[in-house]
Amino acid sequence: MRHLTYLALLAGCLLGTALLELLLHTGVYRRWRRLLVALLPGLILGVSWDRYAVSRHQWRFDRRYLTGWQLLGLPVEEVLFFLVIPICAVLTLEAVRQTRPAWRVGDEPRPEPQ
Amino acid sequence: MSYTALTGLGVLVAVGLDLLVLRTALLRRRAFWVAYAILAGFQLLVNGTLTGLRVVSYDRAAILGPRLAFAPIEDLGFGFALILLTLSCWTYLGRRC
Repeated sequence: MRHLTYLALLAGCLLGTALLELLLHTGVYRRWRRLLVALLPGLILGVSWDRYAVSRHQWRFDRRYLTGWQLLGLPVEEVLFFLVIPICAVLTLEAVRQTRPAWRVGDEPRPEPQ
Repeated sequence: MSYTALTGLGVLVAVGLDLLVLRTALLRRRAFWVAYAILAGFQLLVNGTLTGLRVVSYDRAAILGPRLAFAPIEDLGFGFALILLTLSCWTYLGRRC
């Protein structure tokens, strides 16, 4: 089971923030096209940064905690990290917005009250 | 470039994108900072687990040295850049649809 540690940690992040979608109706997954596009820059820059750091031996992974599957030259968990954490970030921002509607984010259709 | 230098660069790129390129100005929004504070708390937990178990370990020569919940201090900058970049893109796209 140890090889599932990193993957389970990521799954926990997704499940935890999914509660925000269910309880606070953040509607993030419903806007999946906008979400996918918003995730792209972080994924591309993050994976590039990660590959550079690994190639320069700035950090390394303990294989005992990984599935062993590789994607884009990295452990698949590392690539998923750059999708899961940004999804959690968007869900958290939307949850704050749902709880505090007066706090503007900047993409609201109506003009801001002066 | 060391992890420290890359983290500085990452934060600069994200801040530049938010304030100058996409002009989402999330850095001036209370909603962003509250969301970031919540995320930073969970980052200490998740990242602390990853570095505490040594799923990920760092070359001492590439980092400054100070650690927070087992993780190099640079990880905070890394996380901040990733979160700001993503939320800036998310907000920018929301203005257009």
